Amino acid sequence: MPVAAPKKSRSTSRRRPEPELIFGDLWEFDPAPESADPRLAERYQLFIGGRFVAPKSGKYFPSINPATEKPIAEIALAAAKDVDAAYAAAAEAAPRWARLPGAERGKYIYRLARLLQDRAREFAVAETLDGGKPIRESRDFDVPMAAAHFFYHAGWADKLAYAFPGADPQPHGVVGQVIPWNFPLLMLAWKIAPALATGNTVVLKPAETTSVTALKFAEIVREAGLPPGVVNIVTGAGETGAAVVNHPAAAKVAFTGSTDVGKLIMRSTAGTGKKLTLELGGKAANIVFEDAPLDQAVEGIVNGIFFNQGHVCCAGSRLLVQESVADAVLRRLRNRIDVLRVGNPLDKNTDIGAINSKEQLNKIAGLVKAGQREGAAMYQSKCRLPRTGWYFRPTLFSGVEQSHRIAREEIFGPVLSILTFRTVAEAVEKANNTAYGLSAGVWTEKGSRILKMSTALKAGVVWANTYNKFDPTSPFGGYKESGFGREGGKHGLADYVKLT
Amino acid sequence: MPRLPVSKTPKCYVGGKFIRSESARTFALSDAAGEFFAHVPQCTRKDVRNAVEAAAKATGGWAGRSAYNRGQILYRLAEMMEPRQAELVDALKLGGASAAEARAEVAATIERIVHYAGWTDKYEQLLGGVNPVASPHFNFTVAEPMGVVGIVAPDEAPLLALVTLILPAVTPGNSVIALASESAPYPAIVLGEMLATSDLPGGVVNLLSGFRKEMVPTFATHAHIRAVGGAVNATDRKTLDEGAADSVKRVKVISADKPIDWAAGEGAVPSLYAIRDFVEFKTTWHPVGA
Repeated sequence: MPVAAPKKSRSTSRRRPEPELIFGDLWEFDPAPESADPRLAERYQLFIGGRFVAPKSGKYFPSINPATEKPIAEIALAAAKDVDAAYAAAAEAAPRWARLPGAERGKYIYRLARLLQDRAREFAVAETLDGGKPIRESRDFDVPMAAAHFFYHAGWADKLAYAFPGADPQPHGVVGQVIPWNFPLLMLAWKIAPALATGNTVVLKPAETTSVTALKFAEIVREAGLPPGVVNIVTGAGETGAAVVNHPAAAKVAFTGSTDVGKLIMRSTAGTGKKLTLELGGKAANIVFEDAPLDQAVEGIVNGIFFNQGHVCCAGSRLLVQESVADAVLRRLRNRIDVLRVGNPLDKNTDIGAINSKEQLNKIAGLVKAGQREGAAMYQSKCRLPRTGWYFRPTLFSGVEQSHRIAREEIFGPVLSILTFRTVAEAVEKANNTAYGLSAGVWTEKGSRILKMSTALKAGVVWANTYNKFDPTSPFGGYKESGFGREGGKHGLADYVKLT
Repeated sequence: MPRLPVSKTPKCYVGGKFIRSESARTFALSDAAGEFFAHVPQCTRKDVRNAVEAAAKATGGWAGRSAYNRGQILYRLAEMMEPRQAELVDALKLGGASAAEARAEVAATIERIVHYAGWTDKYEQLLGGVNPVASPHFNFTVAEPMGVVGIVAPDEAPLLALVTLILPAVTPGNSVIALASESAPYPAIVLGEMLATSDLPGGVVNLLSGFRKEMVPTFATHAHIRAVGGAVNATDRKTLDEGAADSVKRVKVISADKPIDWAAGEGAVPSLYAIRDFVEFKTTWHPVGA
């Protein structure tokens, strides 16, 4: 005879297996492709001095749709001479643009925001075709957020004196900007909007795998009637980027990309007096305490690592879970990733699209192999992958040690490394045990703990009970080897002016 | 018979203690007339590394003090220097400054310390703030200290430039390793003696004397020095920029190749933006809801 019925505690209820949803034919979705016309040109030229011009070399390279492995357009390959021409145009435009009353500059930038909104769906489809991200993300995040950045910064152009009390903010002149392939249009907006608002002119190079929306943006620059030379766009790979960064006419260089390339840029610009801002890699800790609302946390973890196929510098790629809830979180995560839909990025139901390039796919696969070799336990979703195109299954690694490569190196793919901790101090220690410091996540119901963690974490952005949120008013940028300078808010504005 | 003065062995102020160089090396310092004055420590790369250790131990405690307390401690430094102006004036005259120049430099230095003492609990409201994001989140940005900061002082204005460069780093809670004027290190030695009586915790400001050529490369590459400020020539600038790349260190130096009027205004850069150079911005998001 039982002495007393044991009181049902939270921990016993946690031991009950998570109900698994049975997905099969019952849950099949019909294809729901986005059908808007991306209005792609067969061939894209360089945008220099307000005109589309052929590269002096006459060379072009294909831009490949990672979902089909087929080329969607030809992109001009800019060599040093083309970059010279772009800087000449930008330098010629700079004094007049800087002298223009701020309110007038602002109105041009408002036009850019509005025109981008007008053509939003077309841009979203083009972004998805060129880069492989799900249409849901390009439609609901990348393009509207890019427009929001222009709208926000437009309003700063005639208010700079209010942003910097006690100083006389002046533009640097011509700014060289090099951006990555994970958020092609959005990164362009983060770079160009504050530069124009503060009276600088721009030479921008998009990443070689994702040039299309930058060149479509050049069409908008023309539609907005921006003075020639204020925005110049040159396309190409690393060599073109080096020419942009090292050009003597660049008074400031802004770069978003890998920490390795960031360090190269620091060395190559050493002693030149060029102003530099770098937004580099990350290996963010997403920390889940035992009192966290676990279902909500699991959604945040999934958004943190699988948003944009994990091609996110601030991705929550290291999950730190308090030991007492580690099993429960892992079970929920497995169930959750099993129902993520991986496939055609143009399908409106797709959660995870195509990996941006073959090269990146190989890099992810290599690091995943290293994770297996080093002894972490792997779980991959059992979803079907399309036959063609570059795809990678959502992947979880549990039992990860801090010394494992998958806990230290930026994977930039849909791969989550799970570690555990017991105390707050251990969580802080492990979270900060990285050369990076871009972002972090904290999940707990306890307010004082959120503020303690937010203070102790060496990271430029801390998401508490949320993850991967962005806004033009909110400064973004890293500590330590994740770079320096901020983008967004008045903080980002400061990096585009001389404060004397 | 005139009394024989007791001469002083100049020592560097590191970790709240007065040290000689670990190398036991010194270099001779002459007065303005060219007469021997004293042997000054010729610090080394190893001394820089030791100072970084001392600074790293101090930075948590200093950053953890309330802004009000940091302000009072900096103000206390001004209080300690005010009655000892004559000693500082003598130290500056040693390097060739006239009595009037030296008095003006000392007075300007004390004024600058008082100016920054008032910043400790104010810069945050001007540099940080709440960001009006479009989604239902409360979002705020705070300015945090970077940790250990290196400062390379120029030769001229050996007291005023040194202090003007140290203050914006110390004000928001960083700890500092400063390399004093190479040609006129003695005012920094005297400054160390005043820092020691100022309530500033040991290790928050560490002062080294010696040759830039020997120590600047270590300022550049030491991974625990998170930022370098100062006024340096083009060669040292390049060394700092290149070495900084190894650990993505922040380099916030101005050119010493053009003359700088250290007495004018608040220094070469408006003081709020000088402080801004030595903080990191951290932005925290939290959902708003019941």
